[in-house]
Amino acid sequence: MRYSFLNLAWQALRGHRDWQPAWRDAAPRPHYDIIIIGGGGHGLATAYYLAKEHGIKNVAVLEKGYIGSGNSGRNTTIIRSNYLLPGNEAFYEWSMKLWEGLEQELNYNAMVSQRGVLNLYHSDAQRDAFARRGNAMILAGAGAELLDAAAVRRILPMLDFDNARFPIRGGLLQRRGGTARHDAVVWGYARGASDRGVDIIQNCEVTGFLREGRRVVGVETTRGRIGARKMGLAVAGSSSRVAALADLKLPIESHVLQAFVSEAIKPFIPGVVTFGAGHFYISQSDKGGLVFGGDIDGYNSYAQRGNLPTVEDVCEGGMALMPAIGRLRILRSWGGLVDMSMDGSPIIDKTPVDGLYLNAGWCYGGFKATPASGWCFAHLLARDEPHPVTAAYRLDRFETGHIIDEKGQGAQPNLH
Amino acid sequence: MRIECPFCGPRDASEFAYYGDAKRRPETSGSDVSRQLYEAVYLRDNPAGRHEDLWYHGGGCRSWLRVTRDTRTHEIFGATFAAGEPS
Ligand SMILES: Cc1cc2nc3c(=O)[nH]c(=O)nc-3n(C[C@H](O)[C@H](O)[C@H](O)COP(=O)(O)OP(=O)(O)OC[C@H]3O[C@@H](n4cnc5c(N)ncnc54)[C@H](O)[C@@H]3O)c2cc1C
Repeated sequence: MRYSFLNLAWQALRGHRDWQPAWRDAAPRPHYDIIIIGGGGHGLATAYYLAKEHGIKNVAVLEKGYIGSGNSGRNTTIIRSNYLLPGNEAFYEWSMKLWEGLEQELNYNAMVSQRGVLNLYHSDAQRDAFARRGNAMILAGAGAELLDAAAVRRILPMLDFDNARFPIRGGLLQRRGGTARHDAVVWGYARGASDRGVDIIQNCEVTGFLREGRRVVGVETTRGRIGARKMGLAVAGSSSRVAALADLKLPIESHVLQAFVSEAIKPFIPGVVTFGAGHFYISQSDKGGLVFGGDIDGYNSYAQRGNLPTVEDVCEGGMALMPAIGRLRILRSWGGLVDMSMDGSPIIDKTPVDGLYLNAGWCYGGFKATPASGWCFAHLLARDEPHPVTAAYRLDRFETGHIIDEKGQGAQPNLH
Repeated sequence: MRIECPFCGPRDASEFAYYGDAKRRPETSGSDVSRQLYEAVYLRDNPAGRHEDLWYHGGGCRSWLRVTRDTRTHEIFGATFAAGEPS
């Protein structure tokens, strides 16, 4: 079914009784051309573009829980393409372009809202670094504006501009950045993929690989054996565990990232703002809640929940930036399992195991990558060659020295 | 999380800085050094379950500690001096 004003009005008149499920909850068949492991946004987008762009429709997405139950349904929904390094910027800008057309593409309201992403700077050195990054963004066609304090004050008058320790001197603004509705992105891709013949199979955990020599020819799952010519891994924080089933060791650590939402208030924060002196970022949801987060907790974790020192640290960052939020109550906090790579950049590549392909290392920033990650992973799976904008996301780059380290932190994942 | 520091006693995790997997670095001699170093610097076991962590007690005795912890529950089983017992 295509959604339109007409059928919405028709359903409204009939008391919304006739809406059909948006996608098929399929049972596994014995064999597929391609199996995608992980029913998050990345896995579902990959399946969608395999069917749509490459005509490969005999595809299954295997999800151990329900689709969107991983980071895709846990993130703070910020989308942006404000990267510095050539290996990254073209990819994230391609993703931003896909976001801009996503709702028309999927005929689904993903609530893509280009409300602007503003990174604040607090010192001369930081301004210089942001000017450099802004120039890289402009060269890549992403657009960027360097604002002084007066211009920031016009957008966000409530910030603590004259903070004694970290006064706000200005910010780097990407107007095309913003937020999107994370669950809707998952459901929209699921619907588009399912309509084109992709089987979405839930409660189906991959527990092993079927091997023939150096090749994988299928998977063992909690719902039986399923064969396939190729398998794509898109399981975010579980990447190391699933790769280990194929005897692969990855340049990845799993960490917990927490997020928070406050009670709803009237419109207060127009876009996304990040504090440049600590790690704190915040936006306001359409319902009015403030959605915010900060650093990862910093230790290896599969717990999907964090600890209190990080909660305190994030809230301190918020108070340093905008003391006005101090009396708001926090409604909920939660954690997700992020796949921190050794240089802070992702991997979309073949693996040394024939038939097994990897999409991982998204750290705390892979939601914005969802459309392009799916687009490029589908390209790799269908054609056996990398898409040009992901040519640098090689698995062997750590061995060859071609790392893409935006922050210059080295192989210390909790610093990226 | 609370870490039982062998010198200071039980202390809140916020006193400590996390380094990562406590696996020992390889010898830097032999024919296969670059491969071994690559594996030690960049590859991780990253297990779900028991993990040997290295933590630095910067807010206390400033020792490096080897901490055994479950990555699924954050339960801590014990901590020893990373360099062995001080003599
Ligand atoms: C708190 C938080 C805030 C974030 N904020 C942002 C943000 O503002 N902007 C941004 O760009 N990014 C953000 N991110 C990062 C972003 O959410 C992720 O990078 C992205 O959603 C990853 O998508 P995915 O599809 O790869 O993974 P997921 O959505 O995690 O999907 C992986 C799926 O694989 C499944 N799976 C795991 N093991 C198996 C198995 N053995 N068999 C079958 N299935 C399996 C899981 O159940 C899961 O559903 C945030 C992350 C967190 C945790």
